[in-house]
Amino acid sequence: MSAPVSKTTPFALIAEFDTPADAMHAAEKIRDSGYSRWDVHTPFPIHGMDDAMGLKNSKVGWFTFVGGVSGFTGGMLMIWWMNAFDYPIVVGGKPLFSPMFPFPVCYELTILLSAFGSLFGMLFLNRLPRLYNPLLRNRRFLGVTHDKFVVVIETSDAKYSDTETRKLLADCGSKHIEMVED
Amino acid sequence: MDAATSNGPKIAAPPVELERQPLVLNNRPLGWISDKVAGICENQMPKWWLPAFLISSTLMLMMFTLIAYLISTGIGVWGLNQPAAWAWDITNFVFWIGIGHAGTLISAILFLLRQKWRTSVNRAAEAMTLFAVACAGIFPVVHTGRVWYALMPGYLVPFPNSNAIWPQFRSPLLWDVFAVSTYGTVSLLFWYVGLVPDLATLRDRATSKIRKFFYGLFALGWSGSNRHWSNYEKAYLLLAGLSTPLVLSVHSIVSFDFAVSQVPGWHTTIFPPYFVAGAVFSGFGMVLTLLVPLRTLCGLQEIITVRHVELMNKVILATGSIVGYAYGMEFFIAWYGGNPYEKYAFMNRAFGPYWWAYWSMISCNVISPQLFWFKWCRTNMVFVFIVSIFVNIGMWFERFVIIVTSIHRDYLPSAWGYFRPTYVDVLTFVGSFGLFFTLFLLFMRFLPMIAISEVKGVTPQADPHHPLGGAKGGHH
Repeated sequence: MSAPVSKTTPFALIAEFDTPADAMHAAEKIRDSGYSRWDVHTPFPIHGMDDAMGLKNSKVGWFTFVGGVSGFTGGMLMIWWMNAFDYPIVVGGKPLFSPMFPFPVCYELTILLSAFGSLFGMLFLNRLPRLYNPLLRNRRFLGVTHDKFVVVIETSDAKYSDTETRKLLADCGSKHIEMVED
Repeated sequence: MDAATSNGPKIAAPPVELERQPLVLNNRPLGWISDKVAGICENQMPKWWLPAFLISSTLMLMMFTLIAYLISTGIGVWGLNQPAAWAWDITNFVFWIGIGHAGTLISAILFLLRQKWRTSVNRAAEAMTLFAVACAGIFPVVHTGRVWYALMPGYLVPFPNSNAIWPQFRSPLLWDVFAVSTYGTVSLLFWYVGLVPDLATLRDRATSKIRKFFYGLFALGWSGSNRHWSNYEKAYLLLAGLSTPLVLSVHSIVSFDFAVSQVPGWHTTIFPPYFVAGAVFSGFGMVLTLLVPLRTLCGLQEIITVRHVELMNKVILATGSIVGYAYGMEFFIAWYGGNPYEKYAFMNRAFGPYWWAYWSMISCNVISPQLFWFKWCRTNMVFVFIVSIFVNIGMWFERFVIIVTSIHRDYLPSAWGYFRPTYVDVLTFVGSFGLFFTLFLLFMRFLPMIAISEVKGVTPQADPHHPLGGAKGGHH
């Protein structure tokens, strides 16, 4: 009895480049060709790649801002409630609550929650942690974390075509183009 | 700025003498950097690692034993008594927190100042920060004797409790709780964010299933996608921007423990900037104490170059000068202000029973960094290491002098006394170095101690407008 054969479907076409300049020029060509489900994978962020890919400004800042505002107001509210409302403590005849003495704690809470916003916002926007990625099963792709620059165009993209996309990547100067299966 | 095309007028390259020394020597390719740094984790354990680990874990265990002795027997095992109710405990706390500040300065402030050289040292410096904060946190928790009160809800932690009371937020001791916990947490998050791409590198190189699993788990599935890098860079920038005011505020809040009191010698507005400058000074001393030997022992001289060490020495020179100025200014204001108690506090520091501590502090903190005006001193590694040890010693004495000389003789002579440490004081402090080095040795064995992706990113091979990065025609 033969073992069942796992069915793999083509997931994406990957094209390897050796220098950041080549990868960036390739990205510009692909951006101009109108693809949408594609990406460039690099061992470090390349200066100018965001523009080459046509990416908009990152939205992480909004998460940071919301975190910071909640930290500050939450801190002020917590201290007011604890020291001036629920169990008022009279210290030296000073007012039960003023914005001055809680400031160090609220400042720290602002920074703490902003930091949480930045990190978790970044992870959320990147959809990480990602437990499974078909690209990471491809031996050649693992060169990305070493010294290679790889352009990935998914087969699910509307403009994808086996021949045209492969030709476009070859025209960009890639010496190694391969199909990644899922 | 036009980043995409480089078809501007052809500009001649600067002459060789004016070019900055490269950040990675010998024009190494990108892959070499991965191999070199990841190799420390992947290759056989270096011969010196195990003896070093055994010594430091023994010291660490000694510290834990002494803390158990302290908690079970009482604060009397230390030398504390009226009038010196704070001595080695709080000195050690401020000492370790101060050391942590250099890591954040290197990671965050130098990032905002676009100093590319930080990439070779920031990972180790941030790890140093985390371990220093861990060592620091032990002391305030144990120094009261009944340590469970420190952590129980209601006393320091604002959590509902059976007495239905809340902490008093006017106290700088409570501000400290929030400041130090925030500092530890944010440093951990910042360090971890930086680690994610490098953990992916180690995951992709891993040969054993266990390594692949753990590196893969903490790498969160990172694949080097530029869409991810875009969000990552923004998060990194924001974290750096947040960490900068954080580091400035944390040591200021620690200084408020003293400045908000009425003790002569403590009640002074110079403390926040003085403490922060001193913290950066002592922290860089510790960074050099760690990295100068490690760069030779691990063969990293081409990545942590002499230029990097020289730049760190210049920071030590600058912050050491600020600290020296602060010492002078304190004395001047004590005289100029006319307050007899303040005047006495400073005369007592220099000429009273603790004069030996004061003059150790002055020679270590004021004189030794000034040697870094000379290039030979800055570039000779043995000399730099020795000076970094003096910086650490001097900064410990600074905190000791501030704390003990001010409180052992305050307003009423009938309350004066003299503090002597016991063996428990001394060995607990020595043991805290054991904890610090144990954690650091574990870090350097299992995690990449240099930020691989960041170092790659500052080499010319990474610049798309540089010939080594593939740019065709023209010059950068």
